[in-house]
Amino acid sequence: MNVLYGLLQPDEGEILVDGAARQIRSPRDAINAGIGMVHQHFMLVPVFTVAENVMLGDERVRGGLLGLLDRGRARRDVREVSQRYGLAVDPDATVEDLPVGVQQRVEIVKALIREVDLLILDEPTAVLTPQETDDLLAVMRGLKAAGKSIVFITHKLKEVKAIADRITVVRRGRVVGTAAPTASEDELASLMVGRAVHLVLDKEPAQPAGTVLEVSGLTVFDERGQRVVDGVDLQVRAGEVLGVAGVQGNGQTELVEAIMGLRPVAAGSVRVAGQDLAGRTTKQILRSGVGYVPEDRSVDGVVKDFTVAENLVLDIYDRPPYGSGMVIRPEEIARNARERITEFDVRTSSHESTLGTLSGGNQQKVIVAREMSRPLKLFVAAQPTRGVDVGSTEFIHRRIVRERDIGTAVLLVSSELDEVLSLADRIAVMYRGQILATVPADTPRERIGLLMAGITEDAPPPPTEDAAMTPADAP
Amino acid sequence: MTTATAPEGVTGPPPEEPPAARPSLGRAFLDNLWTANPVVVTVLAFVLAMLTGAVLIVVSDAEVRATFDYLFARPSDAIEASWTVVSEAYANLFKGAIVDPEAVRGAVSGDNTWELVFFPISETLTYATPLIFTGLSVALAFRGGLFNIGAEGQVIIGGILATVTGFALPLPLGVHLVVALLAAVLGGALWGMIAGVLKARTGAHEVITTIMLNYIALYFLTWLIIQDGVRDPGRTDAISKKVDGASRLPHLAGGQLRVHLGIILAVLAAAGVAWLLNRSTVGFELRAVGANPDAARTAGMGIGRTYAIVMIISGALAGLGGASQVLGTAYALTPAFSGNVGFTGITVALLGRAKPWGVVLAGLFFGAMQAGGNRMQSFSGISIELVVVLQALIVIFIAAPALVKAIFQLRAARLGALQTSLAKGW
Repeated sequence: MNVLYGLLQPDEGEILVDGAARQIRSPRDAINAGIGMVHQHFMLVPVFTVAENVMLGDERVRGGLLGLLDRGRARRDVREVSQRYGLAVDPDATVEDLPVGVQQRVEIVKALIREVDLLILDEPTAVLTPQETDDLLAVMRGLKAAGKSIVFITHKLKEVKAIADRITVVRRGRVVGTAAPTASEDELASLMVGRAVHLVLDKEPAQPAGTVLEVSGLTVFDERGQRVVDGVDLQVRAGEVLGVAGVQGNGQTELVEAIMGLRPVAAGSVRVAGQDLAGRTTKQILRSGVGYVPEDRSVDGVVKDFTVAENLVLDIYDRPPYGSGMVIRPEEIARNARERITEFDVRTSSHESTLGTLSGGNQQKVIVAREMSRPLKLFVAAQPTRGVDVGSTEFIHRRIVRERDIGTAVLLVSSELDEVLSLADRIAVMYRGQILATVPADTPRERIGLLMAGITEDAPPPPTEDAAMTPADAP
Repeated sequence: MTTATAPEGVTGPPPEEPPAARPSLGRAFLDNLWTANPVVVTVLAFVLAMLTGAVLIVVSDAEVRATFDYLFARPSDAIEASWTVVSEAYANLFKGAIVDPEAVRGAVSGDNTWELVFFPISETLTYATPLIFTGLSVALAFRGGLFNIGAEGQVIIGGILATVTGFALPLPLGVHLVVALLAAVLGGALWGMIAGVLKARTGAHEVITTIMLNYIALYFLTWLIIQDGVRDPGRTDAISKKVDGASRLPHLAGGQLRVHLGIILAVLAAAGVAWLLNRSTVGFELRAVGANPDAARTAGMGIGRTYAIVMIISGALAGLGGASQVLGTAYALTPAFSGNVGFTGITVALLGRAKPWGVVLAGLFFGAMQAGGNRMQSFSGISIELVVVLQALIVIFIAAPALVKAIFQLRAARLGALQTSLAKGW
């Protein structure tokens, strides 16, 4: 898609637009060819208004040589386009004040104003609540009715089935098949993975034992001094999965980092098996029997220039048998790697391969294998399957359930509601730094969706078992 | 894509293509040769630098330039003159750095001593010694994600402590050298540690702090050597007392050959750094922090502690480079005793791709250029600065592999890895 939008250049092959081959060397060429793109990470200037963002890169001027920016015209254009396609945006709002879903609409307006015929949406729903996703799908239907073509990239099968007219499955850079929207999710998943997969996770009911992780009154500030985690109380018992659901950016990242000692705890306590871990170093926390899958794999999880074997001991390299005192033992590290690669089905040519050469799913399996290769009391998994193919996701999910079944407490943080619903035994919904409610896993998705959007008024009273853990509604 | 025909609307993946026939050995060799792997790029960078150097030699020679005035009337003159001056210059570069065939013939027939045969090699090794130390210093810091511009200052402080220990302490043979070397290690380590601790505690960028520490070290040196007790009372210029014989690095061969124990220590240091990087827990941490500090932190490593350790070891290595200058060749401090080996060490580390044995090779190469450049200057009349230009060109071509790739139309391969090894640290 980056090739299509002119961000990367093709090595071979050609791009036909309306039947004619086009050379697309830059996004400007792409726009001229009628192609617009909405990136997964928005390309907006936060401190500019909607109208300013929309005119960016295509600034209209008036006043001849004076070159005054024609903001009025940009505003009119934004209003006109948002009315024509039913995309409600206020041209004078500052982008950073807008919710994520509206920012995305701004991106779409930006593309439409340039009169594109083909709109590429790259994983647009990753940052949206279920309701916002529904809104987006409605917008897409409107665009389709207005004669625009849309390429919708996603790994969420439900959304594909809901909106697509034709489905193309790409695996490892190749088109592996096409399907009609009537195809079942299992069929699509099989096509994506190349073998049969079971999307529905079979798991026994949890057999929870004593509390392992106890977070109380946890408050964390971010780099800008914002209170991003605001008095969170959580309990995870041995042998259960507590899922933390919530739209990205509601404090989940900071919550997990504070638990792992990667971010200072401003107030409150984090206890693992009775030990207070607040203020301990990450190394001490990992040593006390905590496994951690960080949410941003390539930044925090792995060293891409290291070999697979080295990555598999990244947090235990200095403990026997891999290392003692000053010395590391490469033969032990290699032996461990061979075992883990087999056990976790890591697809790599060798344990000596550089980790960066592995696919995202296999990199993630390396992290999971590393963290599960020592006895754990608590397993903290943040977005464990983000950007991971369906096959690896299935595998990782099964391993997490297995870890639960051997009596580990599992804290699962995910912005994908489906993942939380299929894995968790209890679900805590996080919104603006607070746990709005902790609900059983069989709670309807709609209710959780509303909670993710911060709406609690019409919610039924919380189940008694979790009453103690449900804080008062936000004022 | 063709429309789906299967009842449920799903088409399977296309059949796997048959695997391509395995290429023959020769084909594979050629393919490999023309992909831009680091070795090929390095060799081609040399070639490009030599060609550019040849142009510079021709342009800078007035007589040769004169022949170009009538290039179209008699092109043979210009070509011949150019060829002569360039080939002679490079021949002298080689003779000064490796071996002079004339001297070998003379030694066999008894016209001159064997010493003359080994003189170029001895010079090469002598020049290479401090460069290997400083190259290792910069390379180690690179691997730990730090850009140690301060090797120069660490060389100076190490050299100062080695010299002061060398002339001030009355110690017996054997012990004195060890103590002087340890003093140099301590001095360099201390100077490196300042930058490392500042980085760890306050986040101060090591490039800035080490540059500033270089100034402080240099002007401390120029102040120190004119103080009573340090300055050589028998001289009027700014030079310190000479170090005791017992503290000098012993020559490995007799007579005029300057090569000293330092080269062996330098190779041992390379072995030590290689062990440290690949076989020690500290090295594992250092490489992890260098390659991805966020992941290292998440895995529980102490980033600040690692930065401090990296700078201490890096400084210690540079300090040994300073020691090899004063205890191996100069025997006394002068304001310019370091000979810029700290800065050249950056280039050596780049050329050696921040790998210990690569640094040894690069150090030897730079030593050879220096030794050969001396002969080229006296025999061909081409200034030694050309050698520095050649070195700079080689590194530029290596640091910009895309350039070499474009010039020689190499296929892309592992260029990313090539570039990152040089770009890390910023």
